[in-house]
Amino acid sequence: MTTLRTIFLRREAGIAVMIVLFCLAVGAFKPQFLTLDQLRIILLLTPLIMIGAMGQMLVIVARHVDLSIGSILGLSAMVSGMLYRWDATWFGFDVPWWIGIPISVAVGTLLGLANGALITVFRLPAIIVTLGTLSLYRGLTFIISSAKQIDRQWIPSELKGLSQTSPIFGIPWIIFIAFGVAILVWYFAMHTRVGRQIYALGSNPVAAPLRGIKVTQVTLLVFAISGALSGLAGILYASRWGFVNPSNTGSGFEFQVIAAVVIGGASINGGVGTVLGTVLGVLLLGCVSAALPLLGIPGTSQAAIYGAVILIALVIDRSVRQQGIASLKRVRA
Amino acid sequence: MSEPAAAPLISARGIGKTFATVDVLRDVDLDLMPGEIHALLGENGAGKSTFAKILAGVHRPTRGTIALNGQQVEVPNPVAAQKLGITLIHQEPISFPDLSVAENLVIGAAEDGWFSRVPWAEMTREARRLMDLLGVRIDVTRPMRGLSIADQQMVEIARALASNSRLIIMDEPTAPLTPREVETLFSIARKLRDEGRTIIFISHRLEEVRALCDRVTIFRDGNKIATDTIGNLTDADIIRLMIGRPVKEYMHKTGAKIGEVALKVENLTLPGVFSDISFEVRKGEIVGLGGLVGAGRTDVAKAIFGVTPAASGTISLEGRPVSITDPSEAIALGLAFVPEDRAVAGIFRTLSVEHNISVAVPKRIAPGGFIRRAVEKAMGEDAVRKLSIRLASLRQPIGELSGGNQQKAILARWLLTDPRVLILDEPTRGIDIGVKAEFYSIIGELAAQGRAILLISSELPELLALCDRVLVMSEGRLTADIPRAEATQEAVMHAAVPRGALREEVAA
Repeated sequence: MTTLRTIFLRREAGIAVMIVLFCLAVGAFKPQFLTLDQLRIILLLTPLIMIGAMGQMLVIVARHVDLSIGSILGLSAMVSGMLYRWDATWFGFDVPWWIGIPISVAVGTLLGLANGALITVFRLPAIIVTLGTLSLYRGLTFIISSAKQIDRQWIPSELKGLSQTSPIFGIPWIIFIAFGVAILVWYFAMHTRVGRQIYALGSNPVAAPLRGIKVTQVTLLVFAISGALSGLAGILYASRWGFVNPSNTGSGFEFQVIAAVVIGGASINGGVGTVLGTVLGVLLLGCVSAALPLLGIPGTSQAAIYGAVILIALVIDRSVRQQGIASLKRVRA
Repeated sequence: MSEPAAAPLISARGIGKTFATVDVLRDVDLDLMPGEIHALLGENGAGKSTFAKILAGVHRPTRGTIALNGQQVEVPNPVAAQKLGITLIHQEPISFPDLSVAENLVIGAAEDGWFSRVPWAEMTREARRLMDLLGVRIDVTRPMRGLSIADQQMVEIARALASNSRLIIMDEPTAPLTPREVETLFSIARKLRDEGRTIIFISHRLEEVRALCDRVTIFRDGNKIATDTIGNLTDADIIRLMIGRPVKEYMHKTGAKIGEVALKVENLTLPGVFSDISFEVRKGEIVGLGGLVGAGRTDVAKAIFGVTPAASGTISLEGRPVSITDPSEAIALGLAFVPEDRAVAGIFRTLSVEHNISVAVPKRIAPGGFIRRAVEKAMGEDAVRKLSIRLASLRQPIGELSGGNQQKAILARWLLTDPRVLILDEPTRGIDIGVKAEFYSIIGELAAQGRAILLISSELPELLALCDRVLVMSEGRLTADIPRAEATQEAVMHAAVPRGALREEVAA
């Protein structure tokens, strides 16, 4: 009995229930919401957010926040896109189609490290530093691209193919990549020394150095990972949408990602957050995004409803959990 | 002397510590033997905790050397201390509340690489083994958050064992524990001693020291006064050694006329914190409230002021019973409370001095909601003149002033409300001697104006020289009410040091 209660107290169970209830409610009005095709649409909406959310979760667990991820996504995608458009041959070889993947990840890592360096060296709060780099990195994207979009014809078709299909039931590669990242981050967070140190650091930043945790290095690592995954999301954006636009690409990404992570149960106070919860948070947002157009809600109101749904989810979760904890205490007492 | 014959585990020589320009520890030589429980005793601020923290790498000594098993060692930080086998257990342990108990035992301790695998199963098994060894039942897979203080201390002790510590320092571990938890802690401490480990036990409770410790070292004013086997010293010896400094006669009580009763407290009780507190303070009278830190003095003050009201008992002001459930009611009734920790409870650090002063009387400076600058400025200038607050400008952030001048500004704030009863909690803590003397004369003047003053202080000379009567609290009870003529350091200390309390509670 107590075990069952404990399971239901877990944040993940609550989000899973919310997803099911939400889908059933929408399905009651629009039965086509509960079809495999719709699942495919939902899953295709989520990979970029999932990848970004994995990095953001680690940042939030470490009691920081990274607001610059949308701009990192845009800048790293733009660097790769310009490389493709440059259309050079290297020493007689064609530029391979996949080169944008390591390039974007490398650019993202550097930008994330720059965030981490500003935060650790100057002891500035992450929210301020990444608010600054949110603007700085977006500005750099405009400068290097001369504010010009990388059009469809420059993105290699193999890269675009990653978002279209795969030999495995025709499920696009990009979905496997997202879940692969989630599994890697899960292993990293739960089963490596430094992964646990991230949780320790966020749980009690004062005690962390007293226990031999290298706070500066761990902080740098966390922001580097967030940057690297945003870079990966950047090249996959080019794959998914087939273009890179200096102002649109990645804009608003941080909002969706942070919302997913927080709905997924990570605590802004640090120390708490799971990969499973974050995945479910991403899926809940995916369901909401897919349902809004289907329900005939006009594009002009979608942002407002999206925001309201996030707040409602947080409020329900908070009150349910508090009651659950209270009842658990009564049982034990 | 029945010292163990073995070579010392730790030999400290000439240890000194200077904070800013103040010597808090001078030339301490101390040998700690393997397999002994060694008590460090002394008044608050005597240097015992500083010494322990130097051994544990929390502070670095300004002078002196530490040898471990005859080898001179450096202890630059707590991690290094842990590697040397020295663990400090804080009274309220520092932990990672979101991590499991098992993880808390080992986090940061492993030497292998960043990306090496965490051996969860092995870690959990080892944590269970340590808990079994200690004979405590804590689920090691649960998070630290929500564990009782006693259990958290047990986890800390298990952590010391996990790193195979030879020296375990317990800094006032028993203060937050129940008698039964204290007994458990003691039996574990004895077991660890019998394994040949050394334990430093810091406590105010003589009874506990007697029950547990083999030897005792007494500190006073940053000096080591004596080290001896506990059996060689009587309680009276220990108290005499703890307080034996000459009383400095740097204060004079201005003779105020003592009038009728201003504040009367009867049977004030807050279960678990203080019980059955009754006393009165008359107009023009300065009543001291002495005792050790944690005796419940501040809690009584907070109860009177309505911050955390008492569960039962009555408070009367000038003969009229009053009910105070909130500080605003207390202020309206003419009470003022200058809290102990001004950094936390007293000042608005980033606001200007004048805002900090005028904040007590919003209606006077801002009738109708708009601040009248001229009124505010006049009030500030008046306070600066009366209390001789030293500052560059009234518009300066109060955080830039020295501790003593901050304290004066806080006092000025409360005086604006023209209180009939003024409660001062450790008003001179962390203040230079010079400003202290000014404070004493201010307090004397306030009494002479007919205000009733309740002065909480841990400094015995301050209580003795300033107060008309000294009340003493120990472990939540009023243990003495000593008139000025009979107040001596010995009398106050005898009432303040808990003795026999443990025996009573265990018997009950």
